[in-house]
Amino acid sequence: MTTAGGGRLTRRGRTLQQQEARAGLVLISPTLLITLVVVVAPLLWAIMLAFQDARLINIRRTGLFGNYTLENFSYVISEPGFWSALLNTLLYTIAGTALSIVIGLVAALALRGAFKGRTLVRASILIPYVAPVVAVAFLWEVMLNPQFGIVNTWLSEPIAFLTQARGSFLGLQVPVALLTVIAFEAWRYFPFAFLFILARLQALPGELEEAAVVDGATPTQRFRYVIMPQLWRVVALLAVLRFVFTFTKFDDVYLLTGGGAGTEVVSVRVYNFLTARDDIGASAAQAIVLAVVLVVFLAVYLRFFAGGERDQRSL
Amino acid sequence: MTRDRFERALFRVLRPLVIAFLTVITAFPFLYMVMLSVRDIQELILDPGSLWPQSFTLSTYADVLGRQGFVTFMGNSAIVAVASVLVTLLISIPGAYAVARLRFFGRRQVHFLFLAVYLFPAIVLAIPLFVLFTMLGLRGSLPGLILVYIAQTVPVTVYMLRNYFETVPQSVEEAAAIDGCGRMETIWRVVLPLSKPALMATGLYAFMIAWNEFLFALLFLVERRESWTVSLGLSQLAGSIEIPTTVLMAGSVVLTLPIVVVFFASERLLTEGLTAGAEKG
Repeated sequence: MTTAGGGRLTRRGRTLQQQEARAGLVLISPTLLITLVVVVAPLLWAIMLAFQDARLINIRRTGLFGNYTLENFSYVISEPGFWSALLNTLLYTIAGTALSIVIGLVAALALRGAFKGRTLVRASILIPYVAPVVAVAFLWEVMLNPQFGIVNTWLSEPIAFLTQARGSFLGLQVPVALLTVIAFEAWRYFPFAFLFILARLQALPGELEEAAVVDGATPTQRFRYVIMPQLWRVVALLAVLRFVFTFTKFDDVYLLTGGGAGTEVVSVRVYNFLTARDDIGASAAQAIVLAVVLVVFLAVYLRFFAGGERDQRSL
Repeated sequence: MTRDRFERALFRVLRPLVIAFLTVITAFPFLYMVMLSVRDIQELILDPGSLWPQSFTLSTYADVLGRQGFVTFMGNSAIVAVASVLVTLLISIPGAYAVARLRFFGRRQVHFLFLAVYLFPAIVLAIPLFVLFTMLGLRGSLPGLILVYIAQTVPVTVYMLRNYFETVPQSVEEAAAIDGCGRMETIWRVVLPLSKPALMATGLYAFMIAWNEFLFALLFLVERRESWTVSLGLSQLAGSIEIPTTVLMAGSVVLTLPIVVVFFASERLLTEGLTAGAEKG
């Protein structure tokens, strides 16, 4: 009898609603605990480290409070290497994001209809995304090797794709290694865009396109006026996701070039300052600057291009 | 010829070409990987352009697994991955159930926190964790690494599971409650059996993250060779001149194969789980 209404008291003297709230908090607490301990607290500490003169040798003496300084930031910003790394990061991120989405879109459109062997092709397309980054980066290194790489046996003149900062192509100066790293990014992540776009394509109602066919719309017109307007939201979502992930990406560039040959991105610099130079403060300062730039870009993007709130929710 | 017929004809030709191109750029590198792993290094240097090996050898695999220690690395990776999967599920099942079903203070904010963690750059996190693990003397230990992986996957898996738990009809749970099940019993006996596909997908996601991850493994384990994961092992040995490329290719196959097998054994579940968020308004 006592369990009937929300307002009635149960055995322990709590209402059902209170009991539910309590159970909810109990069940969610392990999740909260681990995110607080391993994500939120370290983030706060990273911010504090960025304002301290911290090295591994003196870290025990640095303490949590005291000796806050802006020196790390002024030091980091005054280094020309930082700005070129930030520029590289931007080029790498924008080109990598755009290419992976465009190729993913083309792939999704091509694989939309049924054909013989479709499952196999689809599986093949997904492998670069699923395979471990260390393995595929090594594979690219070997394939592009100037001495025994298979790609260079097809070329009349070997190209050091990953170790050459500049080269000329059709009389133009091009950043060879940076372009190679971008190509890697597009190759590895177009399956991600492909999956999202294909899922959306297959959920589209068929009537609209049938009506367009009846009205005499050609394939490109159907794509332009019927399909694409229905894909903008998923493309906008992908743009945000890929931009965020690529902007702070470390593995791919580090494994391919180690940040050499004009491909140094900020995250690789952060790593080098942390391990090779043992300058924790400067390392943290760069990471914070990177994160702030990312947040600014996201805010601008969401404000002007994605119609604000609505798309944020679709994540 | 009308524009419509021209375009149709054009795409009829273009489409197979695009499909063939995509298949080649994705499948060829991996076939090349396997082909390189079963030949002698001399053959590669003398004839780098050949695809098919003249004489097959599996000594590369014996070398990489035994002498280079990949058996140990695989053991470490397996420990890390399996432990991550189990603990991730253990933590995220009750969490997801709470977010899906129970009204409690802060439920909506919790959702936002998970999203923030999902998008959060690992490189920022790497600095304080590196410092902390150095101070505690935890560098080189696998449990520390597992802890980091769990924290990175739990927010996402809670989100994935929540979406699925919400599709379990509430009436089924109510029926269980009337039959005398407590809350835990309802989750265990009713919700979980109904959510098997989502549990599989979640477990696989955690497994893939743990098996493929590189940055934290590099930061925490690099100084202790006996605790290297396969990813770390390959990346460290790839720089050395003494180990032949074909042997390292065998290592790449060993690293890639488990994840590809696991993925395709359950591909449908996983991709549906990954993209489910895109469909929800």
